[in-house]
Amino acid sequence: MASATLTPGAAVGGHQASTEVRYNEDAVRLFVIAAVFWGVVGFLAGTFIAAQLAFPVLNLGFEWTSFGRLRPVHTSAVIFAFGGNVLFATSLYSVQRTSRQYLFGGEGVAKFIFWNFQVFIVLAALSYVLGYSQGKEYAEPEWILDLYLTVIWVLYAVVFIGTVMTRRESHIYVANWFFIAFILTVAILHLGNNINLPVSWFGLKSYTWVSGVQSAMVQWWYGHNAVGFFLTAGFLGIMYYFVPKRAGRPVYSYRLSIVHFWTLIFLYIWAGPHHLHYTALPDWAQTLGMTFSVMLWMPSWGGMINGIMTLSGAWDKLRTDPVLRFLVSSVAFYGMSTFEGPLMSVKPVNALSHYTDWTVGHVHSGALGWVAFVSFGAIYYLVPVLWKRQQLYSMRLVSAHFWVATIGIVLYITAMWVSGIMQGLMWRAYDSLGFLQYSFVETVAAMHPFYVIRALGGVCFVAGALIMVYNLWRTAKGDIRIEKPYTAPARVAAGA
Amino acid sequence: MDLDQITIMLRSFWTIWLMLLFAAILAYAMWPNNRRKFDEAASIPLKDEGREF
Repeated sequence: MASATLTPGAAVGGHQASTEVRYNEDAVRLFVIAAVFWGVVGFLAGTFIAAQLAFPVLNLGFEWTSFGRLRPVHTSAVIFAFGGNVLFATSLYSVQRTSRQYLFGGEGVAKFIFWNFQVFIVLAALSYVLGYSQGKEYAEPEWILDLYLTVIWVLYAVVFIGTVMTRRESHIYVANWFFIAFILTVAILHLGNNINLPVSWFGLKSYTWVSGVQSAMVQWWYGHNAVGFFLTAGFLGIMYYFVPKRAGRPVYSYRLSIVHFWTLIFLYIWAGPHHLHYTALPDWAQTLGMTFSVMLWMPSWGGMINGIMTLSGAWDKLRTDPVLRFLVSSVAFYGMSTFEGPLMSVKPVNALSHYTDWTVGHVHSGALGWVAFVSFGAIYYLVPVLWKRQQLYSMRLVSAHFWVATIGIVLYITAMWVSGIMQGLMWRAYDSLGFLQYSFVETVAAMHPFYVIRALGGVCFVAGALIMVYNLWRTAKGDIRIEKPYTAPARVAAGA
Repeated sequence: MDLDQITIMLRSFWTIWLMLLFAAILAYAMWPNNRRKFDEAASIPLKDEGREF
């Protein structure tokens, strides 16, 4: 099964009745397997470091297992290894279908990208554990690994954009616009934030090209757009393909999707300075970052409305199709976290929230609720298609995954809201003589119960992912679980 | 007027340039003649495969 075939004559109205489109699925299958594998690894790493914060003894007394070194292993594993492989899989799957074209460069290049990306992930994780880091959030890999990733990424850009350029479809579908914005912007961000000078010929250590507040600004221009273009634009590409596909109806408003695309990519790129409120960054730059963040409300919610309203007239599918429930709930979480983000970028709010757990909770409502849920939905859609199975092994297990994971997210984000706001209030509390009321360690002690709850949330999320692994494994084997099927309400069945 | 002054003067027009750009995108998206094209584009993901799940 090297590729899927179809005769497009019937589907596109007979223009090309003589040609047959072949799609590459071997590379996509590999990326799906890797995404599921790294997802579990990344969630486990996150749960472990959450437990380290609650119970410091779990640092185990070794430098290699300390929180400071394992935290980038977690963030890189979930963002780049899990999220990255999901984006590779979904983008290379959908670009072929929406372009009606085989992968540009063929299977060899796609598999070259696959294997080298996995090697990159392993090398990056090893380097963190051994103590090598650029000290920049989400850009920790040292210079030689950055060069390696650049080669992989340029090849990916060539394959994706090449497929779009050789398309047989006259229009470039909106999902591909988002994927292209994601690929190009991430390339620019990666190059801009990783201009480093190695300190020795054969060593890994390097220093960045700018220093001081300029360095901080370059880092958060990178960091926020890693969120904006990697975790948002890329996953919006998934939303625009997989939600209509699964719901069996076109996107709610294609016009809105065009306005959504241009406004989102234009505004996001300016929002980075909100990470540097009340620092040495000039005040006007902070206010600029805040203003653009607040303006981002509109395109973000425009996209959310477009995704959710695609179900308009077919809401009952939420009850009967747990895969669609994952996809649509992810968009709801997207709406929630893109409401919270601009709120937190407003300076007086940021004065309370910055450096507290509230930020961590915000990130995870987006990462778990939006990014991971839309990924799970896409993976549940893809596995039966790619392994040529009639259906998933069990829809009931998909539903179980959904609820266990949702409970995990709710535990996580509510614990971090309470912990973060409490932490912020304790830091700024003064006594009657004008002295700080609490020492730092008192705030840490107060957060302990919430750290335990957060770790429990992580355990739930891992458990859900393991249910998914089992379900997908049985699906790939071709098994179908005997269970009560989800049935559509009677009135819909009568109308159909 | 030297180059610096021209730059500074033009800078204050950014709001207007960007508003015009936004208006142009909006007009393109809402233009009645484009409706058919966009309706076709919206159906691209739904017509790609012979079989469905």
